[in-house]
Amino acid sequence: MPIRHSPVVAVTRRTAIAGLAGTLIAASSGCARRTPHDPLRLWAIGREGDIAAQLVDAFVARNPHIAVEVQKMPVTAAHEKLLTAYAGDTLPDVCTLGNTWVPEFQALNALQPLDELIAGSSTVDVRDYFSGIFESNRVDGVIYGVPWYVDTRLLYYRRDILQQVGFGAPPRSWDEWATMMAAIKRQVGPQRYSALLPLNEYEPLVVLGLQTPTEFLRDGGRYGNFSNPDFRRALKFYNDMFLKGWAPRASNTQISNVWDEFGNGYFSFYISGPWNIAEFKKRLPAKLKDAWMTAPMPGPDGPGMSSAGGASLVIFKASQRTADAWKLIEYLSEPATQQRLYQLIGNMPPRRATWQTSDLVQSPYALAFHEQLERVRSPPKVPEWERIAQELRLMGERVVMQRVTVEQGTAQLDAKVNEILTKRRWLLARKSGAK
Amino acid sequence: MNRSHAGWWFAAPSLLVLALFFFVPVLAAFAMSLTDFDLYALTDLDNLRFVGFENYGALLREPLFWKSLGNTFYFVLLGVPLSLGLSLGAAMLVNSRVARWRNFFRTVYFAPVVTTLVAVAVVWRYILHTRYGFLNYMLSWFGIDGIDWQGDPHWAMPSIVLLAVWKNFGYNMIILLAALQGIPEDLYEAARIDGATGWQLFRHVTLPSLAPVLTLVSILTMTGYFQLFAEPYVMTEGGPLQSTLSVLYFMFEEGFKWWSLGRASAVAFLLFVLMFAITLLQLRLTRREVRQ
Repeated sequence: MPIRHSPVVAVTRRTAIAGLAGTLIAASSGCARRTPHDPLRLWAIGREGDIAAQLVDAFVARNPHIAVEVQKMPVTAAHEKLLTAYAGDTLPDVCTLGNTWVPEFQALNALQPLDELIAGSSTVDVRDYFSGIFESNRVDGVIYGVPWYVDTRLLYYRRDILQQVGFGAPPRSWDEWATMMAAIKRQVGPQRYSALLPLNEYEPLVVLGLQTPTEFLRDGGRYGNFSNPDFRRALKFYNDMFLKGWAPRASNTQISNVWDEFGNGYFSFYISGPWNIAEFKKRLPAKLKDAWMTAPMPGPDGPGMSSAGGASLVIFKASQRTADAWKLIEYLSEPATQQRLYQLIGNMPPRRATWQTSDLVQSPYALAFHEQLERVRSPPKVPEWERIAQELRLMGERVVMQRVTVEQGTAQLDAKVNEILTKRRWLLARKSGAK
Repeated sequence: MNRSHAGWWFAAPSLLVLALFFFVPVLAAFAMSLTDFDLYALTDLDNLRFVGFENYGALLREPLFWKSLGNTFYFVLLGVPLSLGLSLGAAMLVNSRVARWRNFFRTVYFAPVVTTLVAVAVVWRYILHTRYGFLNYMLSWFGIDGIDWQGDPHWAMPSIVLLAVWKNFGYNMIILLAALQGIPEDLYEAARIDGATGWQLFRHVTLPSLAPVLTLVSILTMTGYFQLFAEPYVMTEGGPLQSTLSVLYFMFEEGFKWWSLGRASAVAFLLFVLMFAITLLQLRLTRREVRQ
């Protein structure tokens, strides 16, 4: 049974051990305790993990006295691995953390507040960051992460197919989008579709929901707030796409190969993130080189919002070496480093300064992302968000499969979300009672 | 020291290990199922509440739990007989003296058991593909049109059964093969002299001789199939419409995806009680049958 000591106790014990510099004690306590003389540990998730070591080389050359140990985590296991590391007291000094996970790890009291470090830094200039992205790292007024790269969702579309049905530009509003999808469906017939919104991903529905002004949760994240006209409008639009045969009722695993099918014209619109620019460039045949493009998300009444996703650099509280860890974060946040990150694996930078560099200015596919980044919004910052998003997806699937109506679906979702947030309400009530 | 004391001393080391690695964790898990242990409790034990049997109550009120239970039963009821039938059939085929290349087929039938499920899943996803899949291609010869195996909530579980049976039948086949080879040839000879034909030989010699092994194999298969997890995890992620969500998958999501360890422990206990009851029932039924 993984019983965890309260953090205060854990820290004092760790400090005591570090103070004694007791390798002996560390060994006898059963697990290796970190001391200030160990290398600085950086964990990076996914493809960033593959190239993090390359990026860090220049940092080590500049700071020869700081050794850095880089470890890669696979995306699918990162969340579990981090929680396990937290339970086992083996978190690294610096880590890349999905910014929707920041509130969760803050609730675990695992993150170092960064406000003072940022205030004293000449490299990390808050005003240079896209504010929607930067704010996604703020929980209860305190900053816990520095954005490293951004991941927002927008439209990939087939320019040639859109032209065939008589549209020269991508849609700006839901109405325009619906008109185009209807026209494409008439053109391609019953075997093909206008859009792909995979039923095993919650992002498309979350993005559509974020485009309406009403918040997903109410009363400071205590209750679900999906049974309102705004969210229902978004859900209805989502449902219409399936009802009218514009989108297939399918998940990603059934499509087998999204890139090939996009090339085949199986669908013409696809909501996805920046990593797919490189994938489509690589995987689509040469004759389709100019057949596709990216566009900002169309919104309910004109250009719309999208989700403020991405990864941030955080320092875990357990770290003994905050100063060195911050130095590494500053280095990774420099526009030159971010540009290199973009060159290596195509990650979009969160700073306007980096966007001025030639690589990004010259990529036509990146333009839409640049525009979208000025219009991004964070999902609710509660530790339970990941779970709520999954419930949202399941409800969307039930609506699309016509098991429940839009009204029933949102009411059921609210009930479910209220149940998920029970513990949070109890904790908040206890906290305010204590004050 | 009397004899019974000595016996306890001899058994002590293994009892100690059993207590330490089985009973203590089980009791701890039971204790945990009476609390609302979750992420918040991981941060600070002050956030842990004793909730009595509330987790069990909440589960019994949770439609998804019942749905996952229903899905699991569906999988077991469809999968176990199919799997046993296929294993027995295959075992008899590769045991038959008229068959050629018996060793080759034994290896081929056993191969799926030792291949990794993740690799197999990639292949099966294509076999079951609505538009490009081999299965739908074969069905089209008989005029059956594109079944959406993994997208239609009605077909998703049968397609998982298909995969699981194909993946697992080789294992039981080996056990049954060994049992088949252990049946004395004189029994068949005597039956044949009495004028028994093929089906009668199977019904009155082979089956009764296999009965104890069949019981064992069916219990093993059933308990294994009740723990359905990996197949839907790699194939459908529990979807579509949670039609392939099993009890174990439900427990995994509660416990390791969402860290509601209290709730997940309660699921584990309910599953344990259920499987224990079913195994007891099965043992009693087969015992009565053997006595007859």
